[in-house]
Amino acid sequence: MQRIRDTLKRLTPGKEAGESEVEGQSTVRTDGGVVSETETERGQSLVSRDFLQSIPFWLPPFLLMGFFVYGAIGWNFVISLTDFSGLLLPEYKISAFDFEMYRQALNDPTFWTAARNTLVLLVAFTGLCLVFGMGLAILVDQEIRFENTFRTIYLLPMSLSFVVTAKFWAWMYNFKIGMINVTLRQFGLDFLAMQWISNPDTKLAAVIFALIWQFSGYAMVVYLAGLRAIPDAHYEAARVDGASTLKMYWRVILPQLRASTMSAAVVLMVFALKAFDFLYVMFGNNPGPAADILATMMFREAFGSNNWAYGSAIAIVLFLMALAVVAPYLYAEYRRGEL
Amino acid sequence: MSSAPASPTPENQSRREQVENAVRNADRSRVALYGVLVALVGFYLAPLEAGLMTAFKTTNAFNTTSPFLPAIWPFASGGFTTGPWQTAFDTLWNGLVNSMLLAVPATILSAGLGSIAAYGVTTIDWKYQTLIVALFVAGIFIPYQAVLVPLSRLFAIVNTQELLGFLWGLPLMHEHYASIINLIVAHVAYGIPITFLLFRGYYQTLSGEMIEAARLDGASVFSIYRNVVLPLSKPMFAVTLIYQFTQIWNDLLFALVILPSGGGAAAPVTIALNSLSGGIITSFNTQMAGAFVAALPTLVVYVLFGEQFAKGVAG
Repeated sequence: MQRIRDTLKRLTPGKEAGESEVEGQSTVRTDGGVVSETETERGQSLVSRDFLQSIPFWLPPFLLMGFFVYGAIGWNFVISLTDFSGLLLPEYKISAFDFEMYRQALNDPTFWTAARNTLVLLVAFTGLCLVFGMGLAILVDQEIRFENTFRTIYLLPMSLSFVVTAKFWAWMYNFKIGMINVTLRQFGLDFLAMQWISNPDTKLAAVIFALIWQFSGYAMVVYLAGLRAIPDAHYEAARVDGASTLKMYWRVILPQLRASTMSAAVVLMVFALKAFDFLYVMFGNNPGPAADILATMMFREAFGSNNWAYGSAIAIVLFLMALAVVAPYLYAEYRRGEL
Repeated sequence: MSSAPASPTPENQSRREQVENAVRNADRSRVALYGVLVALVGFYLAPLEAGLMTAFKTTNAFNTTSPFLPAIWPFASGGFTTGPWQTAFDTLWNGLVNSMLLAVPATILSAGLGSIAAYGVTTIDWKYQTLIVALFVAGIFIPYQAVLVPLSRLFAIVNTQELLGFLWGLPLMHEHYASIINLIVAHVAYGIPITFLLFRGYYQTLSGEMIEAARLDGASVFSIYRNVVLPLSKPMFAVTLIYQFTQIWNDLLFALVILPSGGGAAAPVTIALNSLSGGIITSFNTQMAGAFVAALPTLVVYVLFGEQFAKGVAG
């Protein structure tokens, strides 16, 4: 963008670099020359003509997306202020913003369980995926043969849907014939074989493990791009200073992967928030307190019990959680001029 | 080390011995490295491999044989069957057709709209440009739960069959296609933020000189897009189409919410696969075969365009 804009400024009469960008004022060049009136007008009209011509390009997609994203969130918020549980349209009897549904949520133990599980899922899944993905990236970055093959295999589960991976893992975790228990028994470790997904103690961990299987390849791809962007000179400098491999990665390389960590973490959290599909296939409408997250609770309330308003209020809470994660990231990107 | 006797310090070693030792150590760590890499291949492929083996076994055979081994001689005699594939394919066929009818147009439309939106925003110099970009990009991070209730209400109120007839005088289509059109609209709308971001990143790196040359020749914004930017966008279209196709094909949530009564005749393959378990007895062989059938299109896309897929997901 910056390059295009620079070129524009350089080549557009009246919008040269070094000039004041304030439009509609007669401008003074930094070299002291005064821009003639006609030049300024030509510059302005060129830009505004481009602007007008660009409207048909971005406005229709913007309106379509804006209606379905921002319009729908607004509508959802309005519904959450009602007590709607009917069939078609809510009767918009908004009782003076009394936030009844939100109060109900705060007094609902199920809500707090789901909120806690959502946080555990977000933090554990994202953190472990990042650690695992970085390990994979460092291994793959060692100038190995068949690098493409290894990378392709590690990323493969990500091309599958949550429905498919949930089917696979429901079978893997099966107590009697599931692969994990069968393998454990083969090695005489019968005492380790357990009811992975019906035992409340291991349920959420089992879900997180399966999701790491599916998405750690993504963290690897992001970190690999980050590692490739670090100049070889930095590795050599660390070597010359006599740093061990571990120290080199910890002190020299890791700090330079901050941007990769940020962007991978945000996207992984979005995946975690979408893990609804996985839980829904594995456990149906109600995963039980051990693995209930806000997304499954919201779906159950709204589409299972027709408590539309209550479901909408939970959805708003989820939205605010996502906002708390993403807004600082977007702002940082904006400050860095990446947006 | 043991083959280099009586040379404990580097000074006593001949130059040749030093080189040999270094090579041996390097070899050893290379072997360890490849060992770890291959073990990880096992980690990622084991569920898929065992699932594939199971899909070829009779119910009796998968209860008694090792999940990793095939049901054919010499590993096990008998119990090999293609029955689960037959069942899965028959049950999922309608879903596969629906998913194709849904994913192909929705993918193309969302990529096209993302491309023109990114071009439109990137080529203008306007003070609210950043705000527009931020609103587009923030759409990627919306948890879909926050729009589900309005979405289901919207499509419960809007009768797509009658609306299309009213607006364009189209004949009343089958209800089933109207439902698929609803899903396409939703996937296109929610796909725009990510396709916008992918194309915007690419258009920012395009050389401004070429665009500027066209502009000075008097080309309009439209003809610059048509004649300069669009032909240059091919690699980015490849990435975006692959990414969007995978996303839309794999979706379950929108289909659950937008299609009336659990999908019915319009259900995409994800919904069909989810309801394949049916009944109390879960026949894992059929479910595994079904999972492969449902995953086949995205697996094919991934095998053919793995590199672009990686580029797509890494943004």
